[in-house]
Amino acid sequence: MTATRSLRRRSSRGSILADRAATVVMWATGVLVLVILGSIILHFALAAWGVVSPSFILSDPSGDTLGGVMPILWNSIYMLVLTMVVAVPVGILAGIYMSEYAGDNAVTSTIRFAEESISSVPSIVVGLFGLILFVDDLHIGFSALGGALALTFFNLPLMTRLSEQALRAVPQEERNASLALGATKWQTIRHVVLPLAIPGLITGVILTAGRVFGEAAVLLFTSGVGTPPHYNFANFDLTNPASPWSPLRPATTLSVYIWKLNSEGLGAFKNEIVDGSAAILISMVLIFNLGARFIGRVLTRRLTAA
Amino acid sequence: MAQLTSAQRITGLRATPSLLERIDLPRRVVFVAAASMVAIVALLLAFIAWQGIQLFVKDGVSVGTIFSATWNPLADGGPQFGILPFIAGTIAVTAGALVISTPLSVGLALFLSEVAPSWAKAIVQPALEIFVGIPSVVWGWLGITVLVPFLADTFGGSIVISLPIVGRVFSMPGFLTGFSWLAGSLVLSIMVLPTITSVSYDAFRAVPQELRTGSLALGTTRWQTIRHILIPAALTGVLTAVVLGMTRAAGEALAVQMVIGNSPTLPASITQPVTTLTSQITLDMGNTVFGEPWQDALWTMSLVLLLISVTSVVLVRMINKRRMGS
Repeated sequence: MTATRSLRRRSSRGSILADRAATVVMWATGVLVLVILGSIILHFALAAWGVVSPSFILSDPSGDTLGGVMPILWNSIYMLVLTMVVAVPVGILAGIYMSEYAGDNAVTSTIRFAEESISSVPSIVVGLFGLILFVDDLHIGFSALGGALALTFFNLPLMTRLSEQALRAVPQEERNASLALGATKWQTIRHVVLPLAIPGLITGVILTAGRVFGEAAVLLFTSGVGTPPHYNFANFDLTNPASPWSPLRPATTLSVYIWKLNSEGLGAFKNEIVDGSAAILISMVLIFNLGARFIGRVLTRRLTAA
Repeated sequence: MAQLTSAQRITGLRATPSLLERIDLPRRVVFVAAASMVAIVALLLAFIAWQGIQLFVKDGVSVGTIFSATWNPLADGGPQFGILPFIAGTIAVTAGALVISTPLSVGLALFLSEVAPSWAKAIVQPALEIFVGIPSVVWGWLGITVLVPFLADTFGGSIVISLPIVGRVFSMPGFLTGFSWLAGSLVLSIMVLPTITSVSYDAFRAVPQELRTGSLALGTTRWQTIRHILIPAALTGVLTAVVLGMTRAAGEALAVQMVIGNSPTLPASITQPVTTLTSQITLDMGNTVFGEPWQDALWTMSLVLLLISVTSVVLVRMINKRRMGS
């Protein structure tokens, strides 16, 4: 009784005012996030106005005119594809192990510890690891391949975790029904669990892709920071470092290019080029995020509807 | 009708395991994929540790001297590799970011979990995900073009607070250029905001609904319930969130490097330039030659970074174990 009464007393005028104030503050944090995001998008929309144009996207960098970012944008896309080719299958397979096979034992907890460790290692340190491994020990030099592998190391835990979540979201009844019909465990995974997890898996792929696309610190010391030469796309000789298709050439990506231009601080149009490149990066982030949401929703509807 | 379709699909299958499955191939393959992460971590630790100790093993620098405050790789009387300014700078910039970001993020997590109607959640949560996706160089560039000039223009001169009678109560040198400890902390605070928010949000969501209804039934206001019931109940989760935010802040390289001014001295004031471990590595690695003592000192610094992040993983595990225990 006393407790109730004292609480009653506390929830009188003062505490109601405190409650109102707290509510206002919490709403304010939500509004603040939207305001910051809105201003960032607006800022880059204005900054990129008059800079980003078809010719900016399609021409080579140039010393004294605005030029463009075509080879750098190409490298970003090339590195993204190269990374995802390795990271997606390995990540999904690892996700299958963690969701379907992993028991509650020391092996599983070691793998989890490794997963958490890589996620928390600073990206620059992963880049340095790539530097020792690919440049200093294997003598490949700065290469798209080295960069893509370092990116794979860095993003494998994310891809694994997202795949695991997607697979775990498949109801246990599905597995039971399949096993009860006499299917083996692997048949169940392949023909029942994986198809039902596809929307979640695709969302995972797109979210990972978004992170790979913007990453720079991992690439500074693995795929290099040089301004790319003019690319001849008719050159399909994969062993020739001049070919834009070769994985053994240095490949400066858009994010690395922004960092490089800023630290060198040279060039008449430095600010315009960086603003334009940043605007392209932000647009890609928006496309990746909204795309993941949209595709996930459409696929879920299509696969779960009758 | 997903169940039915799956069941139909199954009836078309042979129930006898294929040869591959009889030798347990699928299990082995997915296990190798998962175990590859253990191999990556082991290799990474081994390589960075090996490079990190070269400064002491090969170059004969004694372990004690790196804890000095003098960083001068080109000094006349032999190079001096005191990495204390970098460690102190990393701690300072990270602490600043957490001081700014933690209250905001926890407030935001409470907003999303306790206050926001579903339409507001449907706007704010995707916005946060876009925050996560914005590359660190873009944050750095925003810092340089918006934040740094703002700080220099607004607080360029000495910052002095005077009271009538008492006189000067507080004074601080102003931002000369704007490149400063505070600029680094501000940029980082936005970058770790989504991390701290989403992990705290999960912690608040995990508090059983009965605790809320029980408290509210006693006549408390929502804020009293949050302060006296929810926050204590979710404290370990919030702590985990802060540690994860700290890890991210301490390891962030490019955005910080772009705005803190990179002066290898001990942090003196939030208005002055500082430097961090990540920042100095980024700047110097390209200008040094593999195997020279200067570069070996940079490898030692990356080993320190690696140890910080492994420690935080262990810390998070310990916090969570205690939560499971109680």
